[in-house]
This record gives sequence, C-alpha cells and structure tokens, in this order.
Amino acid sequence: MAKTIEEINEKIGEGKAVVVTAEELIDIVKQKGIKKAAQEVDVVTTGTFGPMCSSGAYLNIGHSKPRIKLGGGRTYLNDVLAYTGFAAIDILIGANALPDDDPRNRIYPGEFNYGGGHVIEELVAGKDVRLVATAYGTDCYPRKRLETWINIQDLNEAVLFNLRNAYQNYNVAVNPSDKTIYTYMGVLKSNLGNANFCSAGQLSPLLNDPYYKTIGIGTKIFLGGGIGFIAWQGTQHNPNVIRSENGVPRRGAGTLAVIGDLKQMKPRWLLGTSMLGYGCTITVGIGVPIPILSEEILQYTAVSDDEISAPVVDYSEAYPQMRPDILGEVSYAQLKSGEIIVQGKEVPTASLSSYSRAVEIATILKEWILSGRFLLTEPVALLPGVESGITLKPLKERPIEE
Amino acid sequence: MIKTAVSKRIVLHFPKRLVERAIVSRLVKEYNLDFNILKASVTPDEEGLMVLELTGKQADYDRGIRYLAETGVRIQSLSQDVTRNEERCTHCGACITICPTAAFELDFVTRRVNFHDEKCLACELCIKACPPRAMELHF
Repeated sequence: MAKTIEEINEKIGEGKAVVVTAEELIDIVKQKGIKKAAQEVDVVTTGTFGPMCSSGAYLNIGHSKPRIKLGGGRTYLNDVLAYTGFAAIDILIGANALPDDDPRNRIYPGEFNYGGGHVIEELVAGKDVRLVATAYGTDCYPRKRLETWINIQDLNEAVLFNLRNAYQNYNVAVNPSDKTIYTYMGVLKSNLGNANFCSAGQLSPLLNDPYYKTIGIGTKIFLGGGIGFIAWQGTQHNPNVIRSENGVPRRGAGTLAVIGDLKQMKPRWLLGTSMLGYGCTITVGIGVPIPILSEEILQYTAVSDDEISAPVVDYSEAYPQMRPDILGEVSYAQLKSGEIIVQGKEVPTASLSSYSRAVEIATILKEWILSGRFLLTEPVALLPGVESGITLKPLKERPIEE
Repeated sequence: MIKTAVSKRIVLHFPKRLVERAIVSRLVKEYNLDFNILKASVTPDEEGLMVLELTGKQADYDRGIRYLAETGVRIQSLSQDVTRNEERCTHCGACITICPTAAFELDFVTRRVNFHDEKCLACELCIKACPPRAMELHF
C-alpha cells in the first residue's frame, strides 16, 4: 500500500497502480477483507450524475469593436437572462435562469423546457448561441447595443463554476397530501404514491469519504466529461448532522463547489434539465478519485447501499414549511429495490440520479488513471469537518419597518 | 380453419370534417371487431385523436383498417407514438413511478431503464415528467 499521494502517482506513472471503482471495491473487500484490500488497492473512483441546481458558467466573450460594457446592462443568451454585474465582457449564466417570457407556473404546472442549463448544454455541444445585450454607454465603452452569435470555441474563457454539487446524502421525497405536487424532486403523486431519491449511494463521492479525509480544495476530478477541480466546500456544507456508526451522514451533509474548463466538457455529462412545475436545472456528472492512504480510508470507500440511510421527507408540508420532522429512514439498498415502506404503506421508488451513468463516470475516471493521463492531486486544504462546528443556519428574518 | 384472433392498439387521427361522423361504431356492426377506447380527445383546431384497442379475427381486422383508411382517418400503430430519445435518456428512472401501465422497468443488474413500448398507452404523462425530456410524442 502506498502511503502518500506522491507514491500513488509514481505507481500510476509506472503503470502499476491498482484502481477500482467504489462499486467494485465492495466485492473485493468481501472476498479479501479490509487489510488485504488496503494493501492491494491504490485508488478508488467514485461517480455521481444527477440534477444539481446550484450550477452555472462564466464566459468572457471578447471585446467588440467599438467596445461595449455589458456590466450594469442586460445580456441574454438564447433569450435567457445572464448576470452582468462584472466588468465589460464577463457574464455569468445560471442553470436555473429562464427566458423573460417563459410562463413559469402561471400555467400550472409550468413545463420549463428551456433555461440556463440548456444554454450551457448547447454551448458545450458547440452550437451557436444568440447573444443580445443592451448597455448604457460610456466614453470608453460607447456601444449601447450588441446582437451576435457566439460559439464556445471563440470565447476567451468558458468556465463551469458550480456553487453546490455532489450532496453527501439527500432526502427521499414523498407526498402524503391528497393532490399531486410538482417539486425539484420530481412529480410526487398524492397519498404516498411514489418516493423519489437522488444520490448514487455507495458510488457517491462524499459518501465514500464521510469525514473529508482525502477530498479537499484542489482535488482534481472528472467534471462534465472534462477535468475539473474542487474549488471550495459547497454552499450549505453541513458536516454536523447525525451520522451512523460507520461515519456516514444520515442527512444531507457535505457539499462541493467545483470548477472546470467548459471547453473540455461534453453534453453527455452536462445536460439541460426540466423539472415540471419547478424550473430548469442542469444534470452534472462528477467523479472523484480517493487515494487509499490507510486501511481506515479503504474501509470508508467500501461502504455499500445497505449501510447508508436517508431520511424520508414530506414535500407537501414539512419541507415547504421548514419543519424538521421526517417520516422515517430507509437505506439505499431498500430504495434501489423499487419499494419502501412509509407509514405502513408500500411506496414505489424512483431515482432522479442515474446510477448507471455514475458507474460509467467512475469507470471512465478509473481508465483515465490507469492510462496515466490523470494523476491525483494533494488537496491544498481539507474541507471543514465535524470539528469546524459548522452547521446549516436558517434565515434570520428581520422585518424591515420604516 | 379457425382464423386467429388479433388484438392491436392503434392511434386514429380524425380530420376536422370527420370528427362528427359515426365511424368507430361501424367497426363493431360491420366488421365484428371489439374496441376499447384507451384515449380520446379533440384538439383546439378540432382534429380528433383516438387511441383504440381493436380485437377480432385477422381478416376482419384487415377489412376494418381498410374501411378506416378509406374514410380518410389517418392510422398509426401505437408503439410508434411515444418514443424515447436514446441520446437524451440518462436512465435515471424518474419515469418509472409516473407511468400508469408500468411500461418502464428498471433492470436491477445494469440499473438501466427499459422502455416496453408495447405497454405504452400514449397517455403522455412521462413526456413532461422526464427531467432531460427524453420521451417524445410523434403524431
């Protein structure tokens, strides 16, 4: 067993590293035990592929002649509003952004067929995107209007920068009310008609490193089909939730902020997504390698679906009203069996996260490492752990009285 | 010789001029076919759409279909109606619990979703419930 990332990288360079996916490792540990598996395996790859709303991309479109200052004006990409609060030609497009004339939920449930996530997908696919901008004009940036096609290959920079991805565990959403509801967890049928979950479970990056012992700032990852990096802990990163004996959080816990060159990415791994009655988002593929630096780390990566529990949450009442109560806990093994029991009722389950694609991501990352084209990085700093004392704070609402 | 019975599901498109005419009832009276209406609607521009399950002897079925075609009704077999765009499908599984006829089935080994279009009634519930919009309706 290599003890350092440097030693693992040497083995990768020599073509001698043993790399397996987190799914494959489960069987290896069953056959050989923790000790032997830890001696043999150098890297475990993880993967996840699901809708991740807090995602976006920033673009630098190049200076027009004469110059225009988009900052402070309004800019649309395929009719979807981009954010222009930066300098002259840096713009940010968020996955949830919508065209001004989208009916939203005025016709309920809204369809949300096209939004920021779809703009990002089309850019990545190499399609031309229509940019329409108005600006106020200055002495140094006189132009007030710009209408042009843009293409990702002509942009100076196109960077995916996601504020919160790869949630370490997540809610199972159900609807005990007497009418169908339309949520970011999908269509939830009345009277506990279905239960939707969204995690790759035993393959999910942070569920394989529950205490963030190897995954940190600067960790090189698979992102959207290209290479990216972990930039920071994601927003709402919350290490201090209830955990099982194996250390795995039993609620949504840690998160990742990730960054990567959009020009390397592929639409297969970065897909505009529509949640009926809720909005637009983007489905993101992420794979994180975990260096096996100790038996303890290997033990964490050997976690299987039956050892990971998720809370069942009422999305008709408890979730919208910010009530903390849950309807019980179930394991990912139960969720993936197709049926769980909630309040004594058999409820069919469905996933919003694609497990087969998660396997594909972990396998691609494994092949990248085995071929020597992907070396592991030492994190610059680790993510805040339990000892940080960080918890998730609700909004402290203070009415404005004038 | 006993002719084998057939049971097929078809989509009928009635142009505006035919919407008010009694056509389907003649399939029973003159062609000895049983029918089960799976879906019926009239669009805003007054084209009629009907999804039927027709059961009867093969010869009667063939004659019945010929009759429908002669009246000017456009006929499609149902399995061609809702299709899956394999490029966009991520095999997440969000469709599985939405479909009322269990036309989507999760393969527990590959964790991929199989679409059994012969079970599809073209109710269209999956079209908008599919997050990557991989299910497509073709008229």
